[in-house]
Amino acid sequence: MTVRQMTVSAMTVRKQITQALVIVLMSAFVLPGTYAAIDAYPFPDEALAKRYDGLIAELRCPQCLNTNLAGSDAMIAQDLRREVHSMLLAGKTDDEILNFMHERYGDFILYDPRMSMNTIVLWLGPLVFFLIAAFVMFRLMSRRRVAEKITDEEQHRLTELLGGKESP
Amino acid sequence: MTLNKSLLVPLIVFLLLVVFLALGFQLKDPHFLPSELINKPFPEFALKDLHQPETTRSKQDLVGEVALVNVWATWCPNCIVEHPELMRISKEENIRLYGVNYNDDSVKAIAWLKRRNDPYQFSIVDDEGKLAIDLGVYGAPETFVVDRDGIIRYRHVGAVTNPVWKEQILPVVAHLRGDNDS
Repeated sequence: MTVRQMTVSAMTVRKQITQALVIVLMSAFVLPGTYAAIDAYPFPDEALAKRYDGLIAELRCPQCLNTNLAGSDAMIAQDLRREVHSMLLAGKTDDEILNFMHERYGDFILYDPRMSMNTIVLWLGPLVFFLIAAFVMFRLMSRRRVAEKITDEEQHRLTELLGGKESP
Repeated sequence: MTLNKSLLVPLIVFLLLVVFLALGFQLKDPHFLPSELINKPFPEFALKDLHQPETTRSKQDLVGEVALVNVWATWCPNCIVEHPELMRISKEENIRLYGVNYNDDSVKAIAWLKRRNDPYQFSIVDDEGKLAIDLGVYGAPETFVVDRDGIIRYRHVGAVTNPVWKEQILPVVAHLRGDNDS
């Protein structure tokens, strides 16, 4: 191998390394998008693919604390995504799929919780807080209305303090 | 002296907070999922036997006696932790133990059992995790107690250690056997 050949190959190698680095750096900006999932399931039509995206966004990964199936690479999340995909292709409705998951993994798996004895606080809590807030607001407002009424003497003093004439 | 009622508001808010926090801290392990399958039949399946791929195993192979079904895999560190206890149970405790080899490579799984000994009557190959999903499994190892009629009566998530066996699983097994005998 001549010196010239060596430099050329060294340059090629360096160029390849640079290219690889550029790709790695670029993908570092591209990959952490909304989906950590790398498996792409083929769907015959757009509507089915949309339902799939909706379902895996709404189902929670059983092994993770706060990640949906779409965002998790846990093994169980991959399995459940495959299950959702095959159930959609088999013509199951969204409700059937959610029921299937709920039967096996319970309330935990649904990000949109169903109303039951365990979740009643979640559903009625906001309403209760709203009623409390409405009650407190009502009380405060009625109290202020009382405070607005001042006696003639107070009105007189107020005008004096403000340094103006008696208002008509 | 009359008490100003509005002074009570912070106290009430504080007490509410105490109640909610007390409830919240009682959920010891937020990772723990309560099982939906307790007192439900073990799911039907038709999967290959790990050691005899020509044999298809089904639910009928599990029922008849109180049995343990253990979901395991070679990629699962806690399966190594619980393995000695499973070996002891298989030898000393007079209970059938079945394995569900979950999302695994069968060649690796056979080698794993050869190296560490095999506590199972047989292991089922669940390489797509279908049976595991039907069981509501979210990690390995998990161990189910199945009664004579094939109903799931108990589920333990995590390694079966000797204290777990003594304090949690054995009482269930004894209860099931006692109930069925009377």
